[in-house]
This record gives sequence, C-alpha cells and structure tokens, in this order.
Amino acid sequence: MLRQSIRFTSLLLAALLGGCTQLPVNTEGGKIATSDDGTIHEYRLDNGMQLIVKEDHRAPVMISQLWYKVGASYEHIGITGVSHVLEHMMFKGTEKHPAGEFSRIIAENGGSENAFTGRDYTSYFQQLEKSRLPIAFELEADRMRNLQLPQEEFLKEAKVVMEERRLRTEDKPTALTYEKFMATAFQVNPYHNPVIGWMDDLKNLTVEDLQQWYRTWYAPNNATLVVAGDVDPDAVYALAQKHFGDIEPSVLPPQKPRSEPEQHGERRITVRQPAELPMLLMGYKTPTLRTAEAPWKAYAMEVLVNILDGDDSARITRELVRGEELAASAGAGYDLQARHDTLLLLQGTPAQGRSIDELEAALRLQIDRLQNELVSREELARIKAQVTAAKVYELDSIFYQAMQLGMLETVGLDWREAERYVERINAITPEQVRIVAREFLRPERLTVATLDPLPLDDNTSAMEVNHAAR
Amino acid sequence: MPLAKRLFAPLLLALLSIGGNAALAVPDIQHWRTDNGARVYFVEAPELPMVDIRVVFDAGAARGGGLPGLAMLTNGMLEEGAGGLDADTIARRFASLGARFSASSHRDMATAGLRSLTKPELLQPAMETFALLLSQPDFPAAALERVRKQMLTGLQHEEQQPDEIASKAFYRTLYGDHPYASPPGGTRASIEAISRDDVEAYYRRYYVGANATVAIVGAVDRGQAMQLAEQAVGGLKTGHPAETLHPVASLQEAQREHIDHPSSQTHVLMGQPGVSRGDPDYFPLYLGNHILGGSGLVSRISEEVREKRGLSYSAYSYFSPMRAKGPFVLGLQTRNETAGKALQVLRDTLVDFRSEGPTGEELEAAKRNITGGFALKVDSNSDILGYIAMIGFYQLPLDYLERFNERVEAVTAAQIRDAFRRRVNPETMVTVTVGAPQ
Repeated sequence: MLRQSIRFTSLLLAALLGGCTQLPVNTEGGKIATSDDGTIHEYRLDNGMQLIVKEDHRAPVMISQLWYKVGASYEHIGITGVSHVLEHMMFKGTEKHPAGEFSRIIAENGGSENAFTGRDYTSYFQQLEKSRLPIAFELEADRMRNLQLPQEEFLKEAKVVMEERRLRTEDKPTALTYEKFMATAFQVNPYHNPVIGWMDDLKNLTVEDLQQWYRTWYAPNNATLVVAGDVDPDAVYALAQKHFGDIEPSVLPPQKPRSEPEQHGERRITVRQPAELPMLLMGYKTPTLRTAEAPWKAYAMEVLVNILDGDDSARITRELVRGEELAASAGAGYDLQARHDTLLLLQGTPAQGRSIDELEAALRLQIDRLQNELVSREELARIKAQVTAAKVYELDSIFYQAMQLGMLETVGLDWREAERYVERINAITPEQVRIVAREFLRPERLTVATLDPLPLDDNTSAMEVNHAAR
Repeated sequence: MPLAKRLFAPLLLALLSIGGNAALAVPDIQHWRTDNGARVYFVEAPELPMVDIRVVFDAGAARGGGLPGLAMLTNGMLEEGAGGLDADTIARRFASLGARFSASSHRDMATAGLRSLTKPELLQPAMETFALLLSQPDFPAAALERVRKQMLTGLQHEEQQPDEIASKAFYRTLYGDHPYASPPGGTRASIEAISRDDVEAYYRRYYVGANATVAIVGAVDRGQAMQLAEQAVGGLKTGHPAETLHPVASLQEAQREHIDHPSSQTHVLMGQPGVSRGDPDYFPLYLGNHILGGSGLVSRISEEVREKRGLSYSAYSYFSPMRAKGPFVLGLQTRNETAGKALQVLRDTLVDFRSEGPTGEELEAAKRNITGGFALKVDSNSDILGYIAMIGFYQLPLDYLERFNERVEAVTAAQIRDAFRRRVNPETMVTVTVGAPQ
C-alpha cells in the first residue's frame, strides 16, 4: 500500500554507522569503484552524496531510489513515528511543486512512485521509462531541502497516519503482540519502538518536530542515491551532479550506541486481545553483521535460521508442521542487516487441538538440538543451493537489486557485501553454526510473548499486559 | 508557485515526446497446444539463466460445486505426496536443486508453478518432480487431515481480521447463488465434510489437459519450451474444459450489511457485479476507474477521502475482471466514529463521477500514466509470466499487450461517462461495514 512503513524486512543482508556520520573527510567526488562483473558503479558527489548505479539492460526502464540514513531507530520516546510521518509529508509540497504535484508529475510520466520507512532507513523511489530519469532527479533534489511542511497539511496527514496505525497494529492482534514483544525484549536499544510510532506520540507530534527532523537528516551527505535499470552510469552521474551537486552538505549529529544492557534472565509477557487464534513469539538477542565481533558469526546465524526455516524442507516445517503436527504455521526469522542487535525470532500458531506450551517446548528442543548436534552436510548443501539460485532469481527485479544496494549502504555496511553474500554463506561450517547457537540462543537472552485470545463478541475489548519473569 | 508549475511544463513535454517515440518492448508471445489439449504460451527471455513455468487450471473456487474450499484443498494437496514420494521428499528435492515450487487457488484459477535455473542438471530433475505433482498426486490420507486442520485454522485467522470478514460478506451478498459467492477458503462445515474421494474426483475432473493453460518465460528456445510444456502436463488426461459459468445476475436493490467487530476502525466495502474478461466496455471502465479510484493518491477517491479529509490510510476502487462478471469494488477503512461520514464521501465521489464523467485533463493524465508506464508492466520475467498466463487462461487475443496502449488511447470521455452510466448504479449497490456497532 501507499507510503507504508516496512517493518518486517525479510531481505537478505545488512546494519549501520555508529558515531561516524560527520562530514566525510575525503570530499573529492567522482567514480569510486566498479563491481567485478562491471554492472555496479559507485560515485561520490563533492557534497558527500553517494551514487550507486546498477546496469540492467533487459527492459527500457529504470528505478531511482533515494535512501536517507534516518528511521525509527534514530528516534527517542516522545517523537516516535516522526521519520515515518515526515516521509508522508515529503509529498506535501515545496515552493516550486505544491502539495500533490510530485505524485501527479510522476503519474503523468507513466511512473509509479512511493516511499517506505524502516527502523534504519527512509527511502523514496520512482520507477519510470528510462528517458525520464531527469524528472525524478529534479523533483527529488527539490524536496531534499525545500519542503514546506504546511500546518494544515500536517494536521490531515497526522490523521492519515493514525488511521494507518489502527489498520496495521491496533486492530491486528498479531501485530499488536509483536509490538509489545519488541518493547519487552529491548528496553534501551531503539528497536524498542515501533516504526509507525506509539499512538500517544503520534497524537502529540508537532510540525516543529518534523521541521527539526527534516533539517537534521535530509542532507546530501546523509543520502545514498541508487539507480538501477537501462541507463548509462556516467550519464547518471552527470545528471546527479546537475541536480544534487549544488546542495550544501550538513553537519550531522553523532550517533550514540544505545546498546542494550545485559538481560539477566528470561522475560515473558501475555497479550490478551479479542482474537480467534493464540500465537507464540520467542526471540533471542542476537548481533547482526554490523554489530557482530566477527562477520562469520552473523553469517552463521543466517545459515542457522535457514536450517530452521529456509524452505518447505527446513526443520520447522518438516518436523513441527508436518511431522509432529504441532503447528498450523511456524517459522523463524533473523535480520542480518540491522544497525543494532536484533532477534532470532521464532513464531508459531498451534495446530488444532495443540497448545502454545507444547509448541514452545518443541521450539526449545529445536534450539537445544542446534546447540548439541552438528547440522548435516546435506542440510548445508541444500541451503547453499538455495542461496546460489536466489542470487540469480533476484536479478529478475530491478527494484530488489536497487533496494539491496541502498539498504546495505544505509545501515552502514558496504554495497559489496551483496556480492560476497553467496561466498560468505558457502564458507560457514557446521561447527560455526553450533558455536553461535551456544553463544546467542541462551535463556538469559530470551523473550517470550503469547497472544491469549479473548472472545471476539465481547465488546469490552480489554487488553492487559502481564510482565512476569519465569 | 503557478510560475514554477508553468516553467516545469516544457521540460515534461519534451521528455514525453522522447518517451512516446521510444520503441515499445512488447514480448513476443508464441502459442501452441500440447497433444492432450493444453494451451501453451511462451516468451523467450535469454538474459537470465532461469525459467518460470506456470500451469493454470480452470479449477478455482468457482468450480467447487457444493463444497466451498474443495478447490483450494485439492490445489494445496499437490505437494503433499505424488508418485509415491512423501511431502518431505518432494520439498527436499526442490530445495536441493535451488528450485521453487508454488501453488495457489483463487476464484477462477488454480495454479502450480516452478522456478528453476536452466542448467540441465538442475532443471531436468526439478521438472520430473513438478510433472509428478501435476500428474500423479497421491492425496495421502494423513496429509489430507493435516491440511484440513490447517484450513480450519486459516478460517479462524480470517475471523479475527475485519478486512477478511468484510470481503467474505461482500462476495456472499453480491453473488448470492452464483459460484463466486463461495469463499475460496471454504466454511467450517464444508472443510469438515470434504472427503478424500471428493478431492480425487475434483482432481480427475479439472486437472486435465483440455482445462489447462501453460505459461513459460525464460532462457530456453522454442524447442526446449515445447519439451518443458510436454513434460509438465503431458502426463495429464485430455479430459474436457470446465463447464461454462452462469452469468452473474444484476442487483435489483441496494443491500446494506453491518457486522459488529471489536476493532477501532470500520472497514467499508461497496460495490456490484462489474466486468468479465474481454468485456466490450472494459477499456472505458478501466480508464474511468483509474481516474475515480485506481491510481493511488492521485485518484479522486483518494483525494476526497484521504488527501482532503484525512479519513483513511487507503481508499480506492477497482474492477476485478474475471471469467464471469468480477466485482466492481470501492473500499476504505476509517475509525469507527467517522465511518458514516467516510461512506458518504465515498458514495458522493462515485455519484459525481458517474454523472459528470472525467474532465479532459483527467483523461489525458490517465492515458499518459497508463501508456507511459506500459514498459514497467512487462519489465521482468515474472510480470510477463503473469500477463501471458492471464491472456492464455481467458483466451484474450495474442496481440492484447501489443494493442493495449492503442486501446487506451482510443477511449473518449464520452465513452467513459456512457459506460459508467450503463454499468454502474449507485442505487443498487451492496454495502458492507465491519466494525463497532452502528
């Protein structure tokens, strides 16, 4: 849907930039690097803006994505949701292009456009026939600095975002449970807060909050522009210089680590909401590629999550959904590319006639097994076959290719990490998977949330959250 | 501000003319039939070393007879056991080759698909397993019971979501006795009643060559594509195409339904029977709807409901063309307190559009958006696969894509007004709301 917040990014890679978002020391512009296969080209403008061009000449089209290093994880309580509301307001006009005109111009040019906000990024994109790239650049460069943020537009858009929150979270018992689960698992780490923001913060957000956020973060030296498609890289660079080159860089505030203190024991919550089905969420605090002391640990976690839930032959589906018939659906997830520590997430809904407790016990046994037995060579080989094929399949989407490059840079990794992914996965051994399972999947890193359904026809819509240590 | 707007215009026009002259890359669709009657549609895409195959059967929920959910259950059982292989073995075979199997079931279509690399040592064994699933499914009894339970859980999941509740009620009321009223996921009673014999009989009747369309896109030549098609569906009996669907009856009077749900928002769906594939009014209605509510934030409905009033995150309208008349739907969600107001704005916007039609400016903008964006519609293998599967399934002319822009350009404002007046009647619509008691 439009102007959405993407919260469950299941993309393959990624992570951040700690305290180093000052002006780049070396501000010399020009071409910086080219990928081994010659299809990806990196440039830097004199004002510090990064440009990455991915050639794909299959169809006469292109996508332009502008990624800003700002998102919900940059926010603090009181203004949560400001990155996402600002993203909505980015369509509400500059002096040159009044509210709504951005979308109208792109539409009239046969384009489609949108934007998305995540924990670690805010990204704007336009997909167009290839000759129309200048239109996208002109509009995007204009709103990098000249947004007007009129009060009356803000008041309406804040209402739209509150409707969005009701749609995505308030009225979805599973999403509401996930939100409370994250807020329990992380107390200091900014992933405590939902991307869309707490309702009370949304109600009290002001246009001044947005102005300040915009002035602070929307700068060429805090942005990565990615263009993928049927384009000439040097021509794109020249065009980027023309439209973005004169924008003055900003001094960006340093980022504090905001690291989570040690947990000291398991945490459990129950969310009671009108619903039909119970749900279980379990999360172990886990480093990412950006935060891990060695990259292989993050890649070993990536392999581990694929052992559990990479495809229909992976352990959770094979053993818990089909074999024991404990779960109607169940799965595992891990975000390799987050700026801060994240979770190895296990999630499931019990099968008819089975309980949440049985499902939890079975998932814990899966974890025990990863800690005590080496995964088989055959399982590893299967994951490697999947990853190798996926690398080809993803070339079918220029959107995905651009997104991968933009996200890597925006979370503080290097776009070349995408090139190395298959090789890194292939290098992981069964022993390494066992090491990370033992190091990170420990009870003192675990948070468990259960959705405990209340009757849907009882309109008292009670909601209680119980915190209890077990 | 107006000055800036005018200054911008020449730049746009200049670029538009460039775009307008650019050669359109329309996929070259090749078509043939297999010996057992399956219609094959193929586009060669040599750039990436991969291939997609999608087999579409006229075996969606519309063919469920008296057993809602039978079509979906049958489709879901394909990967649960075939040719003596169990579900674990099947899943492992695909996964170890890097191949991806997919299946889906809708109101018209039931699909089974395979994506694979083209290396023969990967593609061949993946195709063998794929063919086994299509031609020799075993429907193991234990797996059937498990999938049955999963579908029951799926129904419960739908019952806790106001959008799903609204959609089900909308189709039920809109279609009455027509098979499109039947929920693809079934009902508790029907899911519990379906027997293994029902599944087997359903499979035998509908998963046959004469009822199949095969779409192939990838780095193979025509000869290889012919082999792939033969391999995928050659093992199916010829059989017969599905029966002709009954026409959909028009609504005679307005119907209003409200369902209480403990949500903070009320979900609104409003509509009536719309168009079938190949309908002569399709292009005027498609363009008209694009302006009314089909083009995201620049559409009238979004402008009135969201941009001007902040009433909803998502407000839209669409025609869903199907074998028989698919629905014309208008929808939004808004907090319970503003449900009445938002519904009124939605209705008024439709009524105004129907009586006045689009402005010349709106029509030109819509045409530029649709025709200028054509290249984006067919810029990937998966997009092309979707189009040729659709063209084949509904037997649209092979030049459908080639002539698409020309047909869009030919539509006039008068045709849109005329088509909306004849085909859309705001006085006899179904309106479903789900949310707080009203």
